[in-house]
Formats: sequence, C-alpha cells, structure tokens
Amino acid sequence: MDIWAPLLLSLKVALWATGLNLLFGTAVAYGLSRWRSGFADLVDSLLTLPLVLPPTVLGYYLLVLLGRRGVLGHWLDGWGLSPVFTWQGAVIASTLVAFPMIQKAARAAFEDVDPHLEGAARVLGLSEWAVFFRVSLPLAAKGITAGALLAFARALGEFGATLMIAGNLPGRTQTLSVAIYAAVQAGDDAGANAMVAVASFTCVTALLLAGRLVPRHARGMPGR
Amino acid sequence: MTIDIAVRHTLTDGQRRFELDVALRSDRRRIVLYGPSGAGKSITLRAVAGLLRPDAGRIAVNDRLLYDSSAGINIPARYRKAGYLFQDYALFPHLTVAQNVVFGIERGLFNPRRGAAVPAQAQRWLQVFELDNVASSHPARLSGGQRQRVALARALAAAPDVLLLDEPFSALDPALKTRMRRELVTLQAQLNLQMLVITHDPADADALGEHVFEIHEGRVRSQMQATS
Repeated sequence: MDIWAPLLLSLKVALWATGLNLLFGTAVAYGLSRWRSGFADLVDSLLTLPLVLPPTVLGYYLLVLLGRRGVLGHWLDGWGLSPVFTWQGAVIASTLVAFPMIQKAARAAFEDVDPHLEGAARVLGLSEWAVFFRVSLPLAAKGITAGALLAFARALGEFGATLMIAGNLPGRTQTLSVAIYAAVQAGDDAGANAMVAVASFTCVTALLLAGRLVPRHARGMPGR
Repeated sequence: MTIDIAVRHTLTDGQRRFELDVALRSDRRRIVLYGPSGAGKSITLRAVAGLLRPDAGRIAVNDRLLYDSSAGINIPARYRKAGYLFQDYALFPHLTVAQNVVFGIERGLFNPRRGAAVPAQAQRWLQVFELDNVASSHPARLSGGQRQRVALARALAAAPDVLLLDEPFSALDPALKTRMRRELVTLQAQLNLQMLVITHDPADADALGEHVFEIHEGRVRSQMQATS
C-alpha cells in the first residue's frame, strides 16, 4: 500500500493546523494573559475542552455545525463550500484539537515576560503593537515554539474527529492515522508497520525538539 | 521648569490597605523622594511615568499637564517624554547593548536588526557611557555598572523631558555606588537634566538632592532644600 500519500496529506494538514494555531492560539493567549480577570480562566478552560473531550464527540459537534444541514455548513454551502469529506475539514478538526497545546504554552510564556520590560518599552515611546512585536513576542517565542511543536505532533496524530468530519477517502482525506486504522482493518501488517514507525519517529522528534526549547528550570532540572 | 505632583491612590491587598496622598512641587533640577521602602515613593514615580494611573490628582512636568483626574486627562506613558531608570534596569535581554540604546529612537513595529547602523544620537550616548566596545554584547554579559550605564544611555537617547530614577544605585556595590553618584551629578549638570530620584538611602539624598522630600507612610513628612 502507498504510505506516501497519507504521510504527505498528514504533514500538509498538520502544518496548516499548526500555522493557524500559531496565529489564533498566540493571539488568544496574549489576550488572556493581559485580561486579569476570573473570566480569563473560564475562557481558558472552555478552550481546553478539545484536549479532554473524546475526539468523536468533537467530530460530532463539527458535523452538526459544518454539515450541509448545520448552521454554519448551510451558510457555507450557499458559497459552494463544504468542509465535510475534504482535507480542509481535516485541518479544522486538527486545528481545534491542537489549539490548547499552543494556547497554554503561549499564555504561560507571555505571563513569564517581566512586566518591567513592557513598561520600559512604553515609557520609551512605543505603541502597544510595537511593545508586542518588539518585547513580548520575542521573549515568549521559545515557549510558543515549544507549544507549536507539541501542537504539530498532536495534529499529526489526530484520528477521531478527522475521521468523522473528513472521512476515509484514500488519496483525498485519508491521513496517516486514518490509513493505519484502514491498513490494520484490511490485514495489511507491512503497511501498518511502516506507517506506525514513521508516525512514531515524527512525534518523538517533535517532543525532543520541544523539550530542548523549554528552559531547564521549568523542567525541574538544576539551572546553569 | 517645575514638577508639580498631587496624587491620591489606594492599594488594597487582602486585609492590608495602603493610602498614598502626596503633594509636592519644586522648581529645582534634582528632586529626591526619600523614605523607607513601602512609603509610596515607587507608586508616585510610576504615576509620573504613566505606568500607573492614580485614583485622583494632578501631575504636571515643566508646565505640561500629564494627568488630571478632574479634567479627565491621562496622557499615555509613551507620549509623556519621560526617561525611566528601573531599579533592576529592565534592559531588554534579547537585544544587544546598541539595540537597547536605539530602542526609544526607532519606534517602529519591529526591532532594528542586530548590527544595523546605529543612529548618531545613540552613538553619542554609547560614547558618553564608554559602551562602544560592548555595543554588540547582550546585557547578560555586562557588569553591574555597565548595565546601569546602558539603562541611562537608553533613557537619555530618547531625549526625555525628565529623568525618573528608581533606587538607581541599590544594585551596585559600595565603591561603585560612590562613583556612579558622582557620574550622575556631573552628567546632570552638563545636560541640565530635570531629575526625579526615589531612594531609601540617605547618602543618595545627600549626594543628589537639591530638593529632598521625605516620604513616610504615603505622605510628605518634611522637605529640605539645598541653598545655592
């Protein structure tokens, strides 16, 4: 069986999901880190739901929302767009599932930035946008990148929600994890073994890279 | 050239409650707020810089109104033209010494590249504070005295109307303290800088203050002017 098509599709989906989350996850995290109120934690909890909900439940919600008869899906259908049974649907599922990985890492990283540094930048005449791009973001970049690597690994492994919204169409929506399931069902042990090895290797690499980015003291190890 | 401050601010932290109610006015160039830590000096200084919005009052520097609660005026920190020397210097750790000093001159959305040409205003301050040879280093590699010079250079390069100094010498060892006090007084005289210093160290008040306000438990308890 061809393992390249599902691998490439998985990489494409995971990269899109990671990119979208870098944008939205970082923006939401920055907002929550500045919004000093109990509501910020409530919003944070709600946004963490995709991490703990059974992926099939999330997939079901997506179908209800984005399916042809769904609220959003009906509207999208009017534009000739339907994410159901498309790779874009898989991107939506992966993005939602991996969102908390970046959001949580980025929020912690932003909260770690010394407020004196942001104050110093304001006094020196910078606008709030400039303070963000010149001080807060660069100082939080390591934490955000570590979160992005975890999000990438999580998006790559997305199975349940993807299967429900994008289905299992070989060459079109069959991602690596879905293809592994299909190979096992079909008794194709060689194909399953090869794909499992590739998936495991990619995820371990992402975790190792993420680990190197997190400062030593945050991992409970003695500092320099 | 005057500094005119009258602010009220209340902080509550669980059971504890701190009330600041200071009023001070001076037309001297080197003004010192002296008092123990927790007296309210920092809040006052942060209010002048625009880093903290007091509950009520009025702040004017050199006849420019920065804050007036009754008129609903609160100029954002970035338009106040104040230089602020943080107690821990608050140097940007991800930027080189040169990039730190240029920070307030180039106010765009992104940091100038490392190794980009340093504008003349910044170059001048790098020279004044003898930082030319560490210009491409990061703050973490500097000594305490050098860090303070970078912080001063960064603040002065932005051409502030007033320089606000928060416990400027507390992080230095005694020998360096004496030297940096002298340097600062010389610099102030050369540039005719308007300075507002807060300190808990009587030696700082002696060395720097032309007009010393003693702050105690959120109030001005006494004031003293040097004759000159």
